[in-house]
Amino acid sequence: MSKKILIVGGGLAGTIIANGLCRHISTEIRKGDVSITMLGNTDTHMYQPGLLYVPFGKIRERELFRPQRKVLDKRIIFHIDPATNIDVDNKKVTCKSGAVHEYDYLVIATGSRLMPQNIPGMVEGAHWLYDLEGARKMRDALDKFEGGKIVVNVNAPHKCPVAPLEITFMLKEYMEGKGLWDKTEITYTYPIGRLHALEPVAEWAKPAMDAVGIKYETFFNTKEVDPKAKTISSEEGVTLPYDLLVTIPPHAGAEVITDSGLGDGGWVPTNKTKLLREGSTDVFVCGDTTNIPISKAGSTAHFEADTIIDNLASLLTEGRWARDYDGKVFCFVETGLKTGTYVWFNYTTPPNPGAPSQMIHWFKLAYNRLYWLSARGLL
Amino acid sequence: MSERKLIDARGSFCPGPLMELIASLKLMEIGQEVEILSTDQGTAKDVPEWCAKVGHETVESGEKDGHWYVVVRKAK
Repeated sequence: MSKKILIVGGGLAGTIIANGLCRHISTEIRKGDVSITMLGNTDTHMYQPGLLYVPFGKIRERELFRPQRKVLDKRIIFHIDPATNIDVDNKKVTCKSGAVHEYDYLVIATGSRLMPQNIPGMVEGAHWLYDLEGARKMRDALDKFEGGKIVVNVNAPHKCPVAPLEITFMLKEYMEGKGLWDKTEITYTYPIGRLHALEPVAEWAKPAMDAVGIKYETFFNTKEVDPKAKTISSEEGVTLPYDLLVTIPPHAGAEVITDSGLGDGGWVPTNKTKLLREGSTDVFVCGDTTNIPISKAGSTAHFEADTIIDNLASLLTEGRWARDYDGKVFCFVETGLKTGTYVWFNYTTPPNPGAPSQMIHWFKLAYNRLYWLSARGLL
Repeated sequence: MSERKLIDARGSFCPGPLMELIASLKLMEIGQEVEILSTDQGTAKDVPEWCAKVGHETVESGEKDGHWYVVVRKAK
């Protein structure tokens, strides 16, 4: 009897797992002992970190996209048919078309989504770059911006935790490049009492902002935006005026997760080392979808995916567990338009970012291309 | 009385205990409680400070078995 692996979600996490499995269990797939099916929402695969460069005109939009079918190994059965219900008790997933897929092992990699509508006035008053439409609008707004007050506003929870700092420093250099920095004031807001969740990153960011005159407001959790008055207010009682508001909206998990009763907010309770859904032995969860208190980032999804590939391959071929996930995360940090650094950590090793350099910035630019090898499970 | 939620942020460097708490409170009902566990000593100070600033209630906090814990009741 053939074993069915069903992957819900065609983003980075699901794609790496599907392609990686094809390499690790190619014999079993060829013999018909295992099949891999993916349920995706779209025929296009997007390199999300590339959105960072769109507002600044530093990347061509077409560089962000590849046809999902071409990214996937040919042996993967791929349906563009979003999942609408995941029934872990009866081991089946129902799709928008009405199709029902059964599985022996399920991988949930449904990602996260932006929820600016959760904060009054944010949709009308703010710009963001975490989706293509938003990044395009922000690019247009920056084109027309002739100086004034920019507020970069960060909300919890959100993915890509270093992006807000990257946006802030890139905005500063962008305005300098336009000769408008002397007419511009940037204020960065952050939900907790320092400038970044990672203490060493916060310790680096504070003097870096002080040195170039970027202002900041910590303990700022957005209550509302008033698009007419052009102000943003916090739960902590602070109101800031703005001419251009750039926000990282709060995120939620996928609707199918909440609709299926699998987790509040769309986050699935997940064992942080096994990456199994709490209470399941046949349901893996990967990437933003987990409720693990860890960065929601592409690299997290990548390292988790590698662990799941090893464990699924080992379970299918040898009936044993291979290894645990150690909490590894690695993030490049663009510190301007020409310099960058990086940070990595895991559950037991604290982060320790190095000094920014042009070399690391180039490395990040190179990775923007190398990503497609990661997605194919080769890097 | 709804069940107390648990956030086990022990060993979490990013987003860290307070960011996890802020995100979690958004999903909770007023009156519901959440207990956060952390290996970061700063949590025992940061969380009550933030709760006082925003208007949530710190029910209890302390140290046990080598980690810190704070129980928060959503008040608004």
